[in-house]
Amino acid sequence: MTDLTYVTPEMRAAQGAWGEARTAPPITATDIRRWAMATYYPNRPPRIYWDAEYAAATRWGGIIAPPDFNPFAWPVERPRGGSPGLAGRRPDGKPLTGMNGGQTDTYGAPMRPGDVISARSRLVDWWEREGRLGHTLYVRSEIEWRNQDDALVKTRLSIGIRY
Amino acid sequence: MSAAFDDVHVGDKLPAWSRQTSFAEWNRYAAVNEEFVPFHMDDEAGRRAGNEQGAFGMGNLRYAYIVNALHDWIGDEGIVREVGCQYRAINQKDDVLTVIGEVTEKAVEGGENRVRLDINVVNQQGGATCPGHAVVVLP
Repeated sequence: MTDLTYVTPEMRAAQGAWGEARTAPPITATDIRRWAMATYYPNRPPRIYWDAEYAAATRWGGIIAPPDFNPFAWPVERPRGGSPGLAGRRPDGKPLTGMNGGQTDTYGAPMRPGDVISARSRLVDWWEREGRLGHTLYVRSEIEWRNQDDALVKTRLSIGIRY
Repeated sequence: MSAAFDDVHVGDKLPAWSRQTSFAEWNRYAAVNEEFVPFHMDDEAGRRAGNEQGAFGMGNLRYAYIVNALHDWIGDEGIVREVGCQYRAINQKDDVLTVIGEVTEKAVEGGENRVRLDINVVNQQGGATCPGHAVVVLP
């Protein structure tokens, strides 16, 4: 066993602390319709995602978005850089390769046309082991989405793999 | 059409939900999710990323298929409360992806009729690409 680690001082300093919130542009009915059409293609998506008259008669009282809808796509200005130290670092300075290790999403209030969603995230914890890709760092993070009424829309716990 | 809590039993199967995936599906998903990653769009870039067959599909699209399969089963009166999965295999061009699931638990929690399922997305060879779980709320 060596003392090799990809964990950075930045990660230790940030663990558990929520980062700055970022806010998505307001959701439109067209955003929702296009999302549903893309993810149901080539079939027609359910009416709840595009037919206001139909949706008004459901328990939701209007159009809602599919739970996996992403209102953060297509920002005019994208924050650059971020905090590279939070994704681990090799002692020799070579870049780490990243993979998505999976996620669990829990859904609360549905997203609707007109909603403005804010997101914030934090590092929860991490662990390292020797795997088939060599020394590997697993980082668990949590992302929280809330709407303009501060209702919880989604919590995502995800595992990032770095090797 | 909606599933009802009283009619669902442990061991019940999610109605199979399938899509054949290629650039027509991937490009539409890239457009709505602004996910223009070269290895999803270009065979050369896919090969450079280590996939000899070229470009490959997004994990997020498989996730969408899970959500859609659940919605189409429970209907507009049901709620998808939780979905979790891991991406285990590559979605190659022209793969037929099928979302499968089986009810593992029924419980009334927090005033909700919750049904838990084991979920996967299998390809035409039967390969499991995306093991996971889901919780839905039924009327």
